[in-house]
Amino acid sequence: MSKHLSGSQIVCEALLNEGVDVVFGIPGGAILPLYGVLSEYPDLRHILSRHEQGAAHAADGYARSTGKVGVAFATSGPGATNLVTGLATAMMDSVPMVAITGQVGRTAIGTDAFQEADITGASMPLTKHNYLVMRADDLGATVHEAFHIARTGRSGPVLIDVPKDVFTEMGDYDPEAPIDLPGYRVPGKADESQVEAAAELINQAERPVILAGHGVVLSRSFDELMELAEKAQIPVVTTLLGISSFPEDHVLSTGFPGMHGMAYASLAVDEADLIINFGSRFDDRIIGDALRFSTGSKKIHVDIDPAEINKSIRVEAPVVGNIKDVFGQLIPKVKQATHVGWLQHIEHLKAEHPSLKIPESDRLMGQHVVKALSDVTKGEAIITTGVGQHQMWAAQHYQFKNANSWLSSGGAGTMGYEVPSAIGAQVGNPDKLVWSICGDGGFQMTLMELATVVENKLPVKYAILNNNHLGMITQWQGFFYNGDYQAETYTANPDFVKLAEAYEIKGIRVTRQDDLEAAIAEANAHDGPVVVDCVIEKVDDLYPMIPAGQSVQELIEEPN
Amino acid sequence: MALGNGTFQRTISALVQDKPGVLARISGLFRRRGFNIASLAVGRSERPGMSRMTFVVEGPDEVVRHVAAQLDRLIDVVEVHDITEQNIVWRELALIKVSAPAATRSEVLELANVYRSNVIDIGIESLTLEISGGRQKIDTLIELLKKFGLLEVIRTGRVATLRGTLIEGEDDGLFQADASAPTYILPVPTGETGSV
Ligand SMILES: Cc1ncc(C[n+]2csc(CCOP(=O)(O)OP(=O)(O)O)c2C)c(N)n1
Ligand SMILES: [Mg+2]
Repeated sequence: MSKHLSGSQIVCEALLNEGVDVVFGIPGGAILPLYGVLSEYPDLRHILSRHEQGAAHAADGYARSTGKVGVAFATSGPGATNLVTGLATAMMDSVPMVAITGQVGRTAIGTDAFQEADITGASMPLTKHNYLVMRADDLGATVHEAFHIARTGRSGPVLIDVPKDVFTEMGDYDPEAPIDLPGYRVPGKADESQVEAAAELINQAERPVILAGHGVVLSRSFDELMELAEKAQIPVVTTLLGISSFPEDHVLSTGFPGMHGMAYASLAVDEADLIINFGSRFDDRIIGDALRFSTGSKKIHVDIDPAEINKSIRVEAPVVGNIKDVFGQLIPKVKQATHVGWLQHIEHLKAEHPSLKIPESDRLMGQHVVKALSDVTKGEAIITTGVGQHQMWAAQHYQFKNANSWLSSGGAGTMGYEVPSAIGAQVGNPDKLVWSICGDGGFQMTLMELATVVENKLPVKYAILNNNHLGMITQWQGFFYNGDYQAETYTANPDFVKLAEAYEIKGIRVTRQDDLEAAIAEANAHDGPVVVDCVIEKVDDLYPMIPAGQSVQELIEEPN
Repeated sequence: MALGNGTFQRTISALVQDKPGVLARISGLFRRRGFNIASLAVGRSERPGMSRMTFVVEGPDEVVRHVAAQLDRLIDVVEVHDITEQNIVWRELALIKVSAPAATRSEVLELANVYRSNVIDIGIESLTLEISGGRQKIDTLIELLKKFGLLEVIRTGRVATLRGTLIEGEDDGLFQADASAPTYILPVPTGETGSV
């Protein structure tokens, strides 16, 4: 049944019909008509961010941690452009999001009107799809299309730009109208012949390795991954974004490979005779030099996006389909196996190349903080991070036990993701413990969102790995620019404890290893947000490291 | 087909929705992914609300083999076929304004005749010819007309379609596939479609 409503009402009703219960955003002139009807829709909770980038990352954190589509609102011009980093971050990591932006009135479009920005033009390469909606009559169908596109297939962000006068125009909304997208197909099951070919390779393999990527997480195929790995006794290596798709206390868990991954994981991938890639795009941080990547192995690539097949690495057996469906097709065809010798060899690699050895030191180091967090929370917290050394230490030393408990900007590498993504994760998981492992650099890029934390009474715990440095930059300048250090030291970091207190957040400072566990326990026990300022070693390189574009032969395991 | 220096050409036919910005989406994708468009032809198709585009794309083989798959990701692209290795017929069109004073006019007309091109405009000092066909044929005519003085050359991109018969397509020497390279087959997803 069609309803006659204002554009703003159509948007809200369509959002509710999509099951949206929370929106992150900031109002402004062009989107005010939409805010003007929010009071009619109390089920649509609006969380006021402090910066639109924060709104976008919060929607992203909400989406990753719940599997639902995250929603962000912003006004035209600078409001919309402030969203862009968040869209790019979601796009690179295939995170389902819908952003709704206000636009100047229809007749003003193209006139360089006040706060006009061509956000559909600007966001075209950074979204899965976008719309400029010119009639209120089209709004309902557009919102439903946008959600369908955002959450199906290879998920991703979709932006809907709405001129101010389209929000106020009256239009017809039919919630039941079918979606008509003739150019959009959602892969489900894979072609049987592709699955057969993959199963045959798996059954013949002597040294198989599963490479579990973000696709396993996005398709929520954790049980299926476990079933396959256990049935054929195949070691599981995850990608950075595949972390938490497989419990790390499982014997088959073999870490993550690549630039800062565990040496044993990179070696296992290199020595394998078959790589079974589920939903990883063979990212350059994993493969390094494509011509020297695991040259002795055949490769199966299961992906929902046909364009990823043979993009970076040529594979013997492509399987295009929804990963969950493909697991269902594949598992019955895979024979039980033991791979005793190969698994022993993997154990040997783990013993010979421990990778996670924390250097002996009385000083407080980033690794100690993550290790303590892992121990105190028993590997059961939801972890979000920024980008840099702290991110990699988090990936290496936190022992993830729960599925989908790792939120990190992998593809885009967006510093500043740590603060707002934790907000989204906590909003989506009010009863879970959310810890954000922050860099002092990234934290300062989005710390204004602490106000959002307080305003919404979110008990997020922030651990700043405060090295007074852009640590990763320091490391690269040391390794690759002859130690010519430039613009990597902060000489004026704020006092993060006082800063927290200014927001009426509990602040704790830790400077010694011995105080770590107590501080973390105190933070966990506190009924509200906490900032733990962990003053760590100023300059400390992160190992292992495979320099960009190199291969496992160039792996640097330890400081020399 | 190999053009030397590691560059290959592929012919892609796409059916797209007539929506604002569709050309911007496609050209943006080409730019981003490093595909060079050697030619592009767009026009209304037999289906209402849809246009058909024919692209000839140039670049390293590994790169241009992905054009079809990348295009297919665009929501407004309804169908896309990489028809490089297929049995296709194609045409390009050129309008050539050539200097043709009385002294050389008959020679120009004779050439035009041999190449089965039509004279579509006659001036006092010039003739405008229309020619359609494969690229080599058009290239050759233009080459031959050079000595008379080319005033203007306007060329379209190629339009191409699959043959309805089994007769082998004519070969203009430019667009064969590289037989040594493994054929990239666009994996066709099965299952659910976009209409729900
Ligand atoms: C928005 C953004 N700007 C710049 C960079 C480049 N970059 C990568 S890591 C890094 C340093 C991060 O410093 P910090 O957040 O303190 O983390 P640390 O490496 O010290 O743990 C920088 C500047 C980035 N990834 N993102
Ligand atoms: Mg730092």
